[in-house]
Amino acid sequence: MKNWNWEVGKRLVADVGKWKESWVWVEEPYASPDGEKIAAIVRTEDEMFNICVNGQAYENSFDKIWHLRFSPDNRLTAIVSDGEWTLAIDGETWENRFDFVWNTQFAKDGIAISVQSERKYFAAVNDTVWENGFSHIGDMTLSHDGQRAASVVQTVPLKEGEIVKFQQGCFSVAVNGEVWDRNFVNVWNPAFSHDNKRVAAEVRLNLYDYTIVVDGKAWDKTFSTVWAPQFSPADASVTAPVRIGGKWFLARDGEILWDKPFDQVWHHQYSPDGKNIAAIVCPQFGQWTVAINGIAWKHTFGDLVTDLVISPDGTRAACVGKDNGKWFVCVDGIVWGGQFDMAWQPVFSPDSRRVAAKVEKDGKYVILTDGVPLIEPVQALWTPTFSPDSSSILVRMIEDGKYYRRVC
Amino acid sequence: MHHIYDFVSGPLVWLSFIIFIGGSIYRIATMAMLAKKKDGVVYDYMDSSYALRSILHWIIPFGSENMKKHPVMTVVTYVFHISLMIAPLFLFAHIALIKESWDISWGYISDSTADIMTMLVIASCVFFMLRRIKLPEVRYLTDTSDYILLAIVAAPFVTGFLAYHQWMGYKLMVILHILSGEVMLAAIPFTRLSHVLFFPFTRGYIGSEFGAVRHARDW
Amino acid sequence: MYEGIVEDTQKAAIADLGIDKGVEALTPEKIETVITSFLESETGARFKTYADICVHCGLCSDACHYFLSNDRNPKFSPAGKVKQTIGEILKHKGKVSPKFIGQTAEIAFTECNVCKRCAMYCPFGIDVAYLMLTMRRLCHKLGVVPQYIQDTAHSHSATFNQMWVKEDEWIDSLQWQEDEARGDISNLRIPLEKEGSDIMYSVIGPEPKFRAQLIYQAAVIMETAGMNWTMPATPGWDNSDMCMYTGDSEMMGRLKRSHFETAARLKVKRIVMGECGHAFRSVYDMGNRWVGWKMPPIPVIHAIEFYDELFQKGKIKVTHKFEEPVTIHDPCNIVRGRGLHEKIRNVVHRTCSSLIEMYPNREHNYCCAAGGGVINCGPPFKAKRVEGDRVKADQLREAKSKGAKVVVAPCHNCHGGLEDIIHHYKLDMKLKFLGDIIYEVMEKTT
Repeated sequence: MKNWNWEVGKRLVADVGKWKESWVWVEEPYASPDGEKIAAIVRTEDEMFNICVNGQAYENSFDKIWHLRFSPDNRLTAIVSDGEWTLAIDGETWENRFDFVWNTQFAKDGIAISVQSERKYFAAVNDTVWENGFSHIGDMTLSHDGQRAASVVQTVPLKEGEIVKFQQGCFSVAVNGEVWDRNFVNVWNPAFSHDNKRVAAEVRLNLYDYTIVVDGKAWDKTFSTVWAPQFSPADASVTAPVRIGGKWFLARDGEILWDKPFDQVWHHQYSPDGKNIAAIVCPQFGQWTVAINGIAWKHTFGDLVTDLVISPDGTRAACVGKDNGKWFVCVDGIVWGGQFDMAWQPVFSPDSRRVAAKVEKDGKYVILTDGVPLIEPVQALWTPTFSPDSSSILVRMIEDGKYYRRVC
Repeated sequence: MHHIYDFVSGPLVWLSFIIFIGGSIYRIATMAMLAKKKDGVVYDYMDSSYALRSILHWIIPFGSENMKKHPVMTVVTYVFHISLMIAPLFLFAHIALIKESWDISWGYISDSTADIMTMLVIASCVFFMLRRIKLPEVRYLTDTSDYILLAIVAAPFVTGFLAYHQWMGYKLMVILHILSGEVMLAAIPFTRLSHVLFFPFTRGYIGSEFGAVRHARDW
Repeated sequence: MYEGIVEDTQKAAIADLGIDKGVEALTPEKIETVITSFLESETGARFKTYADICVHCGLCSDACHYFLSNDRNPKFSPAGKVKQTIGEILKHKGKVSPKFIGQTAEIAFTECNVCKRCAMYCPFGIDVAYLMLTMRRLCHKLGVVPQYIQDTAHSHSATFNQMWVKEDEWIDSLQWQEDEARGDISNLRIPLEKEGSDIMYSVIGPEPKFRAQLIYQAAVIMETAGMNWTMPATPGWDNSDMCMYTGDSEMMGRLKRSHFETAARLKVKRIVMGECGHAFRSVYDMGNRWVGWKMPPIPVIHAIEFYDELFQKGKIKVTHKFEEPVTIHDPCNIVRGRGLHEKIRNVVHRTCSSLIEMYPNREHNYCCAAGGGVINCGPPFKAKRVEGDRVKADQLREAKSKGAKVVVAPCHNCHGGLEDIIHHYKLDMKLKFLGDIIYEVMEKTT
């Protein structure tokens, strides 16, 4: 990010609107995180697919392309098929070919996909495929360093209707293809520790008892249900929301951590130093907000709270809220003025002092910084990015069909 | 006999009213607290206008499809419930007693009207009983307690009727009349007769769910 | 200990692996413990009030298609079913035999469609569907659930869809339908994972598995109407929910969370769902509530409402009207469940030349006998289900005698149920979704 151009100004990158003249089909465009590139899947007259980047298509076209996404380090990925499926990065395909590919995941400079070959399921990380295949794969996730993948896998073959067998446990977790030595009735949402060595997941031991499993070992307590676990960045502990007697609590290593009951607790996340935990909570049926270390904000939303984010210094939090059909941005429990037709996850500046968010109103998009519009409403926008020194904001936007890179 | 009369018309009246009023308050209050604790939806989705809409549809004769399907049952039910409430509340003899005790009074109906109403209540009870015996779907649901309840409701009217017409031992009938009335009052909060207490709430709740949430009729 | 109904020629027990294995594993002690704790922790004022005030008047009987179709057998009346299940459990304070639990499971799962028609017939508004679902929840806790629907619940838990559709199979089906649909509209697209669309279109598991042409048709309608729409390429695409019907509330909540959070992740303003009834119930007033959302956090528009809106706004036009006379089957979950009956008729009037009504209709419709998870209990209970809805066959026959040739049923389970009824009673009528008819008569861009 330091190498990105942070010079204040506005530059035309590509006239996206004109692409329709060159191709029969132009899909929605994607802008690179640094704002320098804009790309879209296009289709040519001969029914082949290609990718147009800043107005230029690749030399090779494909039978089919889907799921175009930029990686955080500005590489352009797409799932492509030329009879067999694989991942293409900046137009270059991986060597491995598969019967099907989906679920591209990014972490640091790592890229992973879920793949299927001859009815066996694998994860592939940086063009290396797991040795062992499974009859089912789900919730594939990439480690923080982007080098390892964990996934829910089916370890025991199961035919439809085999309810007894299912309840004996047919699922487990595979980490880089290596399976835990215990099966469960269900496993969901594996998560890596911050040193990338350990994996935790939520499991159902039978139809009624849920708990958290860390590296194949279950907590010694069970709950009527649980949600996804998280490792603390500070120590080896694992926390997860758990349900007891119809109420939700946050538990750490099986013991209640937040002792105040909520009607819901989920999407908990740590500050980078691991000292604070924020979560989306429901203090009363039908009222949603954020709780920091178990203390809920006073302001609540009736419809939904989503897109929770903690500041880099761990002292602040922001979210998107929805009330009576309108969307709002809420920072530290205070709602920004203005109601919107949609709001995207707020972004903190690296120094944690400023917050920016993309919002939509009447079909136009605006970036708000600390609640104040930064630019005039435009046709399309991507999530804003703060410069490393927190002073500037990168705005990627489309106006009258033209894509601009702008630094404010 | 005189002592018994004094007892049933004195302390027992107090007791039955205390049980009836206190019991009713207790039942509604505990149910409201239980709902708060374990059935929050009842409060979250209760909507006064849709609750009222539903209640009105179900207290107006033939206000619902089902009432139209069972016209005889509908007529008998209305006649029964109206007579059951009007006759004792506006009977001249009852009002006279209250006037004598507390010097308060209200309008009354003629004795002949009350007499007809009493007969209607008794006839309705007979109808309900026959219905229980004759209709397979009602008979299947019926157990002894249903007949006992019917008897509890019919008893004050039968005895009142007999006492008024003085066909059998008047004194005994009056005592039995008072006693059975007291039993009925006391039974209301703690038996299926409590439907009278909970009707506005159950009706109001389903009316709110159908009307405010699901945008549909419930009649 | 209450042993249950000892002999009953009218209702011979049906063999089912889920119920039988579940019963085998039970002991009277376990039953009593589970029931006691269940009544203490999971039933409250509604349950208690309903149990306390029912005056056994039997007026709910005429509401129930099982009762009417089984020659007014009182055991099939709503209150009769409550008496045989919850009634006995309360009376015997949970001291009941494993065999009895097997019987109650059969009643709760296969003799009640939780269609709520009886809630409209009870003078006190007692919600028997709620009581039957409570009974099913207890059966779930006791591990006595019919095999087929339990298997579906397992599929939900493992794949987040109803039909064991794997993550890649779902995407592959959509891409295949997109290719197919290009025969109609050369530039047609089923946009996957298009963040910021106005609409997320969601369907039920059987669509990609058995009725993929419905996705194709929906895509043609969306494109023709110029909608900005998307479909997810992740679990959460399936709006259906058999866990709601097996009594596995925890899984119901998990499924609904996944569905709504998928929509929230895609930043859509609303979810449009295909022609399904039970899924609407799940997203609208069951699953969302378990999670803590008073109403759906992102509005869910049922296909009927959506089609009506498209016609109102002139987004789709018809080239001609559907010729054959149609009749309408009103699906419980969107009629008593959402009051969409007039909208069905609006769309039928726009697209069909002749409508012959069945009676009773609208909120007073008779259920298809497939809903409420009953058809999902599978083949063992099919005969009972079809015979339990003779009144529907009578209705259909009457509509047919007046000229109706096609039954419009905008719900998947209704389709399943009506198909069996039409076949069993030799009615020789065709079944259509509204989407089938719209697709057939609409003006398509090429």
